[in-house]
Amino acid sequence: MISLNYYLLLSAVLFSIGVLGVLIKRNAIIMIMCIELMLNAVNLSFVALARYQNLMDGQIVVFFVMTVAAAEVAVGLAIVVAMFRLKQTEDVDEINLMKW
Amino acid sequence: MLDIVWLVLFFPLLGVVVNGLFGRLLKKKVIDIVSCGAVGASFLFSLAVFYHLLKLPAKERVFEKVLFPWIVSGDFKSFVALLIDPLSSVMILMVSGVSFLIHIYSAGYMAGDRGYSRYFAYLNLFTFSMLLLILANNYLLMYIGWEAVGLCSYLLIGFWYEKKSASDAGKKAFIVNRIGDFGFALGIILIYATFKDLNFTSVFQEAPALLSSGDMTVTLITLLLFLGAVGKSAQIPLYVWLPDAMEGPTPVSALIHAATMVTAGVYMVARSSILYSLAPLSMNVVMVIGGATAIYAASIALVQTDIKKVLAYSTISQLGYMFLALGVGAYAAGIFHLLTHAFFKALLFLAAGSVIHSLSGEQDMTKMGGLKGLMPKTYGTFVVAALALGGIFPFAGFFSKDQILWNVFIQGNFVFWTLGVAAAFMTAFYIFRLIFLTFHGESRVEEEKRAHVHESPNVIVLPLLILALLSIVAGLVGIPGEGMNLIDQFLSPVFKSSAVLAESNAHHGSMALEISLMLISLSIAVLGIFIAFLFYVKKTAWPLRLKEKHSFFYRVLFNKYYIDEFYDFVIVKPIKKMSLFLWKGFDLLIIDGLVNYIASFVRMRSETYQRLQTGYIRNYALYVVIGTVFIMAYFFLK
Repeated sequence: MISLNYYLLLSAVLFSIGVLGVLIKRNAIIMIMCIELMLNAVNLSFVALARYQNLMDGQIVVFFVMTVAAAEVAVGLAIVVAMFRLKQTEDVDEINLMKW
Repeated sequence: MLDIVWLVLFFPLLGVVVNGLFGRLLKKKVIDIVSCGAVGASFLFSLAVFYHLLKLPAKERVFEKVLFPWIVSGDFKSFVALLIDPLSSVMILMVSGVSFLIHIYSAGYMAGDRGYSRYFAYLNLFTFSMLLLILANNYLLMYIGWEAVGLCSYLLIGFWYEKKSASDAGKKAFIVNRIGDFGFALGIILIYATFKDLNFTSVFQEAPALLSSGDMTVTLITLLLFLGAVGKSAQIPLYVWLPDAMEGPTPVSALIHAATMVTAGVYMVARSSILYSLAPLSMNVVMVIGGATAIYAASIALVQTDIKKVLAYSTISQLGYMFLALGVGAYAAGIFHLLTHAFFKALLFLAAGSVIHSLSGEQDMTKMGGLKGLMPKTYGTFVVAALALGGIFPFAGFFSKDQILWNVFIQGNFVFWTLGVAAAFMTAFYIFRLIFLTFHGESRVEEEKRAHVHESPNVIVLPLLILALLSIVAGLVGIPGEGMNLIDQFLSPVFKSSAVLAESNAHHGSMALEISLMLISLSIAVLGIFIAFLFYVKKTAWPLRLKEKHSFFYRVLFNKYYIDEFYDFVIVKPIKKMSLFLWKGFDLLIIDGLVNYIASFVRMRSETYQRLQTGYIRNYALYVVIGTVFIMAYFFLK
């Protein structure tokens, strides 16, 4: 059996990739994918900890996270589509009207 | 059978609904039928109620009808309930009767007015409210009626709202009345605090046991109630709204500002007679204010030239008589004068309206004269009303006024008796001055108006004739003497317990004394008429010479003792000044300034940090990450 640390390490690496992706990338779709990555990294640590402790709670939370993530992607993609229709671009830096 | 009393209220209310909501769609004929019919039906049911009450033995003539619970909250219970007793039954009879006649008159007088349906909706609402005020069996419901008649008065004074003076007069009436109403409301609250009840029957039953005579509480209650009466019934010092109220249509002046609404104060004080009997001080206040108003207003009426203003001051003066009667404990005499006054004063106003109508709106008596032959019916009824007002035997006013003066006399108030007789002299003088100026002598009517001077149509003359008849015979129910004074007998059960409380009422004078006093006041009234005749028919130069000789007195009287100017200077101007200061100095500078200062402070401070809002999503994401890192670092390093 693989020890818990590996799972948590993998989870942390995935999460960091996600964070970096959101911070660096300009493409809206890739940003959404990075957010998904972050969420799934957290999911992974939930599942691993649940298995390690022989508790169901962590696994159940994952279902909730996945549901919310699905909804979030739906809304996010809709925004991207609307954005593309308006400006013919997916570059989020083009959308910077909401400022002081 | 007395259960039907609610119908007295129902029909005028129905009229309000129909005319108020659908009046614009209806033809004039339909509006006439609805409004006059509603009040007519109300009058018929009032008659029925009166008749059934009369059939009962004198002791059982009290009937309460609970319609529905109104406010039920904890210990406080208030019902919409009606009280029928001799006092309220004669009042509803008078109000619905006079109102009915004035509705008919209005159908002629207001024909062709743009707001015809609005006018009748208001008039019906007024009738409803006044009847509610009278029939209420508790102070709270009475207060509703009281406020509603004030509202109708405001609406009808300002009926021609395009005219600035009319809408101003409406506001003045409303605001001055508010002062009185405030006192009335406080009085009601104090009654509730004292008795834990507002029902007339229970309050009056408990009063003698709960409060001793001259108690601070009962004195305060009665003075507060009287403040309400002073406002509504136009007594010193709150009378100033009534002369201005003549801006309304003349039938309104007749109905509201002469015959019915202004008597609400008299009715309310008479209704609370038991409380007043427990407060000798308040009785004296009522007496002094009533007597002073009677002579004060009569003196102003001596020199006014506007026909309606003369009648308005006459009304104030006559209301003063009523309060004088109440103040000496002669409640029945006060109510008797209220009833006869309603007939002849309504008649005076309606006849004056008939004159104004035929002169195309002219109200200045110096531009009238010589109308006797042109308007014989109006002239005849006017003379009847004037004789009644002047107190000439056997017209209605003679009996009621002399009953008041007699009651004042036997109480030993010779000062007020003298005042009353002097006011009676002035009354006879000014009312016949009005007649001589309007109907006798040479015509001073302006050329272009002279052509269409005419007798008014039947719909206007008919109510005049009926009221003239009533002005002649109404006094006969109050002929002094054992078994003759029907009105006194009929009303006495209502005032019996208050008469017992005020032991001083035990005075009785001899018949011979009463008759000689009557002769004195009668001869004084005749003297007043004679002098008016001398001044304005025979020696028309005399009044002018008198005017020049005593021009100071003349000016003071003509300008109504400068009371309006005085109030303007002492109350209105300072309030305006203070409001201006509060607006400019306090509201704009301090309140608004504070709010604006806080806002601009926040804006200034935020200028530094608003740069953080770049509009780039990645920046925001970075802030989130930095924040998270800091939070995590805090937890790790703790």
